[in-house]
Amino acid sequence: MIDTKNLTIEKAHEALKKGEYTCRELAEAYLKNIEEKNAELNAYLEVFDDVLEQADRAQAMFADGTAVLMTGVPLAIKDNILFKGHKASASSKILENHVAAYDSTAVKKLKAAGAVILGRTNMDEFAMGSSTQTSAYGVTRNPYDLERVPGGSSGGSAAALAADLALVTLGTETCGSVREPAAFCNLVGIKPTYDTCSRHGIIAMGNSLDQVSPFGKTVRDAEIVLECLAGYDPEDATSTPQNIVDETRTKNMKPEMKRIGVPWHLFTEGTTPEVMDNFKASIDKLKNEGYEIVDIELPYAKYALAAYYIIMPAEVSTNLSRFDGIRYGLSVPGENLSEVYKKSRHAGFGREARRRIMLGTYVLSHGYYDAYYNKAVKIREKIKKEMLEAFEKVDFISTPTVPFPPFKLGERMDDPVAMYLCDIFSAPANLSGMPAIALPSGMTESGLPLSIQFTANNFCDQALFDLGKKFEIIK
Amino acid sequence: MEIKDIDNLAELARIDMDTEEKASLVSDFDNILSYIDVIQGANVDDVELDFNNYNAWREDVGQSRDFDRDLIIDQFPDKQDDFLKVKKIL
Repeated sequence: MIDTKNLTIEKAHEALKKGEYTCRELAEAYLKNIEEKNAELNAYLEVFDDVLEQADRAQAMFADGTAVLMTGVPLAIKDNILFKGHKASASSKILENHVAAYDSTAVKKLKAAGAVILGRTNMDEFAMGSSTQTSAYGVTRNPYDLERVPGGSSGGSAAALAADLALVTLGTETCGSVREPAAFCNLVGIKPTYDTCSRHGIIAMGNSLDQVSPFGKTVRDAEIVLECLAGYDPEDATSTPQNIVDETRTKNMKPEMKRIGVPWHLFTEGTTPEVMDNFKASIDKLKNEGYEIVDIELPYAKYALAAYYIIMPAEVSTNLSRFDGIRYGLSVPGENLSEVYKKSRHAGFGREARRRIMLGTYVLSHGYYDAYYNKAVKIREKIKKEMLEAFEKVDFISTPTVPFPPFKLGERMDDPVAMYLCDIFSAPANLSGMPAIALPSGMTESGLPLSIQFTANNFCDQALFDLGKKFEIIK
Repeated sequence: MEIKDIDNLAELARIDMDTEEKASLVSDFDNILSYIDVIQGANVDDVELDFNNYNAWREDVGQSRDFDRDLIIDQFPDKQDDFLKVKKIL
């Protein structure tokens, strides 16, 4: 019996190296967990049929001495990450039968490392949501309480990992879509610095914000996955060249990073008392460990979520124009081309996707463009600037990850703004491009996970892992 | 926001919508716009947008890609002799 509950990548690697079990046996252990638990969770939409072949290829890497840490690691990918020859639907009806014609760079890197991709996980349709309730394929349930949401949009990946249906999982972030489900499922989730990981082959939502982002049960697991995924990719026009990554990192990383800025003014209202108490307790623990806690002000951060809800729909309405029933995906017959577009998009997109396309069309339309889109882009610049200034004084910025613990299925679905508020503390990192990590920080009295978030300066992802490893010990 | 504004947006976005959805979008838009309108209070007069644009496109020379041609053609909703077939546009 493999103890999947307490397994980490490094433990699995040692065991595989010593021959305590094979890659096939490890994959089978997870397939068994999926068999037992997926029906009630709906974390996976599909388990791939070539898992054991992938495991055998990984085993061959152990045999010939080319195995690396990720070799044989059974993982799950979010349903918007392309894996050649496998379905990728973005949990939308419009891509229900879509088969990826090429590998995303993320998958290419995982394959090269010999990772075993178990299947694709449920998500909010096109990653639009914070609770995995907008999926066209049913809701995913939170393993900590089946009546509650796992967070979203990468809720399937979070639930799969929390229930040991994979050793690690990949999600994507546009605004908190990994950190928020990590918080709701007691996991580590990191949103890396923008475009340190290629977006090539990720079904786009908001290109200026999207980022592949790993979940781990431990900080070290998330770190190993990110090391595997990161790197310059000429296929991604915004990918950051390695020399710029290195130069900026050298400039921004300091030998001793002990100053944590807390913008209390952002969350004294609207955060539940148990989240607030847990956050203060976490901050006290860090203080006792010798971290210096500094009050900071981020005057423009309060506009972050509103600016995000202009920039993101604008990019959504542009990106999703490619789904028109013509080249691939759902196609509804019509009398003429225009009818094919309109009918296919009506039948293929769910309500939240249609709502965001409409909102994006509105903020980009003549007469509103300046008042909304241009203004939001300027606020984004202000936020970037004030965060860069903050990082001259502190090494990290900390807030709770989410203002409240996981909520019940069905809640917030009738009120779009109430749902959007799940990501209020996520927006500054996505708008500024800076890396941010969500770390488990305890449980509510009723046993629901709580989480703390740290943001660092551009390309200081490593500093977040270092801090995270310390916090794991003292929490 | 009125129904006719929703009609215009739906036309621009190329999405058919029934009356019930249009009505609910009117109230959703009121709700969402009143939230995002807080940005009107932000002072951004001193922001100069300098996007520093440069050409990120590659040169127009043939390069091999690992796209699977058959997988792409197989997924055309309608085709004739491996060509994508669409409604006539003229």
